[in-house]
Amino acid sequence: MSTAAEAGSAEVSRAERIEYLLRLADTSLVAGQRLGELLGHGPTLEEDLALGNISLDLIGQARLLLALAGRIEDKGRDEDALAFRRDAPQFRNMSLAEQPNEDFAATIVRQCLLDAWQLETYESLTGSREEALADIAHKAVKECRYHWRFSAGWLVRLGDGTEESHARVSAALGALWRFTDELLTPDALDAHMAVCGIGPAPGLIRERWDARVSAVLAEAKLQKPPHQHYPWHGKRGVHSEHLGHLLTEMQFLPRTYPGVTW
Amino acid sequence: MYTQALDSPAAGADEGSEERERLERFQARIDRDEKIEPKDWMPEAYRQTLIRQIAQHAHSEIVGMLPEGNWITRAPSLRRKAVLIAKVQDEGGHGMYLYSAAETLGVARGDLIEQLLSGRAKYSSIFNYPTLTWADIGAIGWLVDGAAIMNQVPLCRCSYGPYARAMVRICKEESFHQRQGYELMLTLARGSEAQHAMAQDALNRWWWPSLMMFGPNDAHSVHTAQSMRWKIKRFTNDELRQKFIDVTVPQAEYLGLTVPDPDLRWDQTSEHYRFGEIDWSEFQAVLKGEGPCNRERLEARRAAHENGRWVREAAVAYAAKHQAPAHRAQAGAGALS
Amino acid sequence: MNEDWVLYEVFIRSRSGLEHKHVGSLHAADARMAIEHARDAYTRRQEGVSIWVVPSSAIVASDPGEAEALFEPARDKVYRHPTFYAIPDEVKNI
Repeated sequence: MSTAAEAGSAEVSRAERIEYLLRLADTSLVAGQRLGELLGHGPTLEEDLALGNISLDLIGQARLLLALAGRIEDKGRDEDALAFRRDAPQFRNMSLAEQPNEDFAATIVRQCLLDAWQLETYESLTGSREEALADIAHKAVKECRYHWRFSAGWLVRLGDGTEESHARVSAALGALWRFTDELLTPDALDAHMAVCGIGPAPGLIRERWDARVSAVLAEAKLQKPPHQHYPWHGKRGVHSEHLGHLLTEMQFLPRTYPGVTW
Repeated sequence: MYTQALDSPAAGADEGSEERERLERFQARIDRDEKIEPKDWMPEAYRQTLIRQIAQHAHSEIVGMLPEGNWITRAPSLRRKAVLIAKVQDEGGHGMYLYSAAETLGVARGDLIEQLLSGRAKYSSIFNYPTLTWADIGAIGWLVDGAAIMNQVPLCRCSYGPYARAMVRICKEESFHQRQGYELMLTLARGSEAQHAMAQDALNRWWWPSLMMFGPNDAHSVHTAQSMRWKIKRFTNDELRQKFIDVTVPQAEYLGLTVPDPDLRWDQTSEHYRFGEIDWSEFQAVLKGEGPCNRERLEARRAAHENGRWVREAAVAYAAKHQAPAHRAQAGAGALS
Repeated sequence: MNEDWVLYEVFIRSRSGLEHKHVGSLHAADARMAIEHARDAYTRRQEGVSIWVVPSSAIVASDPGEAEALFEPARDKVYRHPTFYAIPDEVKNI
C-alpha cells in the first residue's frame, strides 16, 4: 500500500525491526496455538476443519516472520529458538490473541477482532519498505481475507441467531473489547515504523478496522461496546496471566530436553 | 428382522423366488465387479452391513482426532505442530467423507453421531489408548496409520460406489500420515538417549494394540464371509495382520528398536514372520469399554456435541430468518453421491 | 430447537478449463457456510479453483429402474459416431 511506502526514510535500528516483526509473529503464533486447542472439540466436524485451516495459516505466518526476525538478528536463533526459548515478557503478541477459548462465542469474537486487525495490517504491509516483510504480507493478506470472511460470517450468525447465541456473543464482546485498544493505539515503535516506511501510517488501521468491524457488528445486531482505555499491552511484553500457561504447555518439550532435534 | 430373514428360506413361495432372483441379480452385479450406487436396489442386509461398517469407520476417524489432538499444543517444533494439525484435521475430513458415504444409504449423520455418543456404536479400540509422550505421535502415524492403510487400500475397490470413492480420497491423503510418523520415530531413534528410550517405550505400548486393529482371528470373525462375498471386504483379518507384520518388522529394525514380542521370528519356509499370541482378553475388555481411555474419549465427544448445540441452533435460526424461501432446503434430505 | 443443518452436495472445478465434478457432501446451515465448508474440507490440497454447492434435496436423479428405457435406446444409434462411416484412406483432412 502506498501509505507505508510513501513515508520517509528515517533511520531504523536492527532491534526495532526485530521488535516490530515479533509483534506480528507472536500474534500469529499465539492465536494459532489457541485455535489448535480446539481441533476435535468444535461444534461440528465442519467447524473443526475450518478452525484447523485458520490455525495452520497462522502458524505458517509465524514461522515465516520468526525466521525473518532470526535472520535479521543474526545470532543463530531460528523460528523454533524464538518460539520455544523465550519467556512471556519477551513475547510481543497482542494480548487479544492469548485470550482463552471460553466458548465458541469467545473464540469467534477474538478471531473476528483480530482477523480485522491482521487483514488491515497485512494489507498495508504489502507496501512495506522491509521487502521480506512485504513478501510475507502478500501471502498473509490472502489468508486473512478468508479468516475474516469466516469469523465475520459466524459473528453475524451468532449475533442474529438465537437469544442464547446473542447473549453469549454479547458477553464475549464485552469481555474482549478492552484488548482492541492495543490493536488500534500506535505506540512509539508503531509510529517510528510508519515514519520509516516499514509499518502502516498511524491512525490508518484504526480507521479501517473501525469501519470493517462496525459494519459487521451492525449486521450482527450487536452493540459496539464503548471505548475502554487499557494501557497494559502485550506488544510491550505486558500480558494477561493466560500467556504464561499457554507457553508452559507449548514449550515444555524443548525446555525439558534442551539441545536435541525433534 | 429382515436381515436375518435373508439367511433363511423365504416364507411365501412366489415372493421367495422373486426375492431370490433379485438377490441373484444383485450378487451377479457384484461378481462382475460392477459398483452398487445409492439408488440401486440392494438387499437390506447389505445396506445395514455397510451403514454399520462405514459409520464405525467414520466414528473411528472422529474419535481418532483426540489422542493425537492431545499433543497439538505441545508439539516440540513449529514444523511438527503444523504437520500434526494438518494430520488431525485430515482425520476430521476423513470422518466427514465417510459420514457422507453413509448418508447416501439413507441415514442422517445426526443419528449416527447419536449412536456414537450413547455408546451404542463402535469405533476402533486403538483410540482408547492414551498418548503419554511425544513419541506416541510418531508411533500412531507409523503403526496405527500403517495398519489402517493395510485395511483401507482394499476398500478402495469395495462394491459400494460412494464408500469406494471416499476411500480413494482418504487413501490418497493418508499416505503422508504414515510417513510423517516414521520420520518422527526416526528422528527420536537417532536422537539423544532419552529420545531413543521414548521411541522404544512408544513402540512397546502401541505394537500389540496395532495388531488388534485387524480384528479377531478369522475363525472368530462374525462378518467376514458375507462381507467378502459382497466385496465389502477383500482380505481376511489374519491375512491383513500378517501383511502388516511382514512389512513393519523390518521398519522397526531400521529404527534400531525392538518389537516387544519374544516369539517373533522370520520363517524361511513360509516367508512370513511368525509372531506371539495376541492377548484377546485385553482386546475384548477395551472393546467392551474397559480400556484406559474409553470413558474420556466418549466424554470429549459428548462435551463437543453438547457445547456446540447452541451454535448449531443459532446457525439454523439465522438461516431461517435470512434465506429466501426458494433457497431454503430441507434438512436431512436424501444424499446423492 | 432445530439444530440440523442442511445436506449439500459439493462440486469442484479442479483446474481452469475443466468442468465441475461431484466430490462429496457436507452439512451447513446456509449457502455461504456451505461454500466455506466445501473450501475447508474439499480443497485442502489445492484440489479446486471453483466450488458449487447444491442442497441435496434440490437434485433430481434418474431412477435406476428406468435405466434400460433411458439409456439402452442409444445403443443401436451407431451412425452417431464418426467411425460408422467408411472413408477411403486417400481422402485427407476429414
